[in-house]
Amino acid sequence: MNMPSRAPLPMGFSEMTLTVFGLRSSRMKGEKQYVGFATLPNQVHRKSVKKGFDFTLMVAGESGMGKSTLVNSLFLTDLYKDRKLLNAEERINQTVEIIKHTVDIEEKGVKLKLTIVDTPGFGDAVNNNQCWKPITDYIDQQFEQYFRDESGLNRKNIQDNRVHCCLYFIPPFGHGLRPVDVEFMRALHEKVNVVPLIAKADCLTPNEIKKLKDRIREEIEKFGIKVYQFPECDSDEDEEFKQMDKELKECTPFAVIGSNTVVEARGQRVRGRLYPWGIVEVENQSHCDFVKLRNMLIRSHMHDLKDVTCDVHYENYRAQCIQEMTSKLAQDNRMESPIPILPLSTPDAETEKLIKMKDEELKRMQEMLNKMQQQMHEKDQ
Amino acid sequence: MTDSAKLHQPHPPPKGERSHAGDFSYVGIDAILEQMRRKAMKQGFELNIMVVGQSGLGKSTLMNTLFKSKVSRKSAQPNPEEKIPQTIEIKSISHDIEEKGVRMKLAVIDTPGFGDQINNENCWQPIMKFINDQYEAYLQEEINIDRKKRIPDSRVHCCIYFIPPTGHCLRPLDVEFMRRLSKVVNIVPVIAKADTLTLEERDDFKQTIREELRANGIDVYPQKEFDEDAEDRLINDKIREMIPFAVVGSDQEYQVNGKKILGRKTKWGTIEVENIAHCEFAYLRDLLIRTHMQNIKDITGSIHYEMYRVRRLNESNAGPETKRNQTL
Repeated sequence: MNMPSRAPLPMGFSEMTLTVFGLRSSRMKGEKQYVGFATLPNQVHRKSVKKGFDFTLMVAGESGMGKSTLVNSLFLTDLYKDRKLLNAEERINQTVEIIKHTVDIEEKGVKLKLTIVDTPGFGDAVNNNQCWKPITDYIDQQFEQYFRDESGLNRKNIQDNRVHCCLYFIPPFGHGLRPVDVEFMRALHEKVNVVPLIAKADCLTPNEIKKLKDRIREEIEKFGIKVYQFPECDSDEDEEFKQMDKELKECTPFAVIGSNTVVEARGQRVRGRLYPWGIVEVENQSHCDFVKLRNMLIRSHMHDLKDVTCDVHYENYRAQCIQEMTSKLAQDNRMESPIPILPLSTPDAETEKLIKMKDEELKRMQEMLNKMQQQMHEKDQ
Repeated sequence: MTDSAKLHQPHPPPKGERSHAGDFSYVGIDAILEQMRRKAMKQGFELNIMVVGQSGLGKSTLMNTLFKSKVSRKSAQPNPEEKIPQTIEIKSISHDIEEKGVRMKLAVIDTPGFGDQINNENCWQPIMKFINDQYEAYLQEEINIDRKKRIPDSRVHCCIYFIPPTGHCLRPLDVEFMRRLSKVVNIVPVIAKADTLTLEERDDFKQTIREELRANGIDVYPQKEFDEDAEDRLINDKIREMIPFAVVGSDQEYQVNGKKILGRKTKWGTIEVENIAHCEFAYLRDLLIRTHMQNIKDITGSIHYEMYRVRRLNESNAGPETKRNQTL
């Protein structure tokens, strides 16, 4: 029977299986001692290819740092075609907004649902006090949404909108981190993976870049900012991988240049920026760290970024959330009775239904908390 | 908040041109598969299989044959005199096995005493309790405040039910057990010791069994309602036409036609376990291990476990006075 072509099948099929099950075959050598569960990674792989992946990337930094251009360069997209830039006057009263762009990218049969969370207005005002608050609120909201979904009854199609990585653009004009940079990164480092970048690096000479990177690294350490750390290499990885990993680590923060245009350089067409004194090639590793960033973000560490978000940042949020809820309940001393409904002045059918739903949800949370309270109580004894 | 979504393919490269550092239009997102694979290999996998059936149906031998090593309870505690226990016991033996760099923690859960008593009423209860206890343990860990990164998975992924090769039809015990358990766990029925059935008898028996399963509303693995798409349905339909697999197990090797094979030697010939002309062991192995293992685990996790969880959460809402509504 002819099957439509699709992503590669798990290996390890014996010939007869495919005749029966109708799948393509590959005969295994040394079949006798071979049980066959080595195909498990392929089975998992097949399922993921079908399901596709998702990734949420946040970009933050002042206007004009080249964020949109970089995103377009990274993912070869054109997300900001119809954008209208505001002038200075219009920006006076602007607050930090959160704008999401979603793009479905498909490559070699693998589907990625990429969400870019943009933060226009950040750092643009005259008084930038607490300008990161809308951003931290957004991140917390996504965690809360996920927490609710995870604790709910129907968990079949949970949407994961949690922010997996935040690229923070540091201007190249200064001498290191500015107060707003430090405060922003400190406000976010325990909620999301922060990857600092030196933006518009084409205005710096190689020496200047090195000095700036060293300075920034020092300051990150000094101020106790926990940026995203690359995981340690396994001892059994090959030398090439270890070397690449070492280079990556020594290169942070990455100095990046982005470009939406294609120019002719050395007889080839490349993404770049044309200046009278020369051509900057975005994908030339001696010109900037764009390739390193892209490789890290997409080709080698995307999965780890998601893992750290799930296992560390989200778990912290969840633990905090639960503790707050339990301590609040303990204070009010209402552990035994269910949470009462607030009486409304004129409840109509729709609102009543809503209240009932919310009440049930609260009861569920209540029960969960009671259980946990008991657990904690038992632990203490 | 504004949203905009569109399907997008990276721009194809202009004809005959390549960029400096690689493919002009290649982002590289398929590398995430390799990242996932690396991680999966590091973590290893877990699999919990339960075998249920009367004594003497070859459960332990079949497990040993499936995993080509001594994984069964009997191999772990060699006891020359096998006594039928007074009540059903649930014994779980765990093994760490490895193949081509893939590590697996396999747990074989044996149920000696099932169906062996004179009065077998409610003999499925200890088994159902065990399965639900595993779900409960997982749930407790999941709602914990300080939960582990990888919750240890002791849930029963698959229950192989051994049908004695009577050649007639299912017995009431078989029907009762499978009816109840198919609601909480993936059941894979097999005809045990199939070397007493000729091919025609085997086909008739299978036909009868399939009809009886249908008549009693018993949904065995692969369940029709959980087919994800047309491709799955095609493959699974073929499997559904073949179950229950008629198996013969053996851990003894013999020489046949110059090759060493696993089999059973009798005066009238040698039964080759992995020869599909002789028995269907190879199909069972391929189903369980080589093709559908991940799917079995997924269905346990996303359907059976979720049903249990929903029930539990609703129960705790209803209050302690409401008795646990078990449809046993």
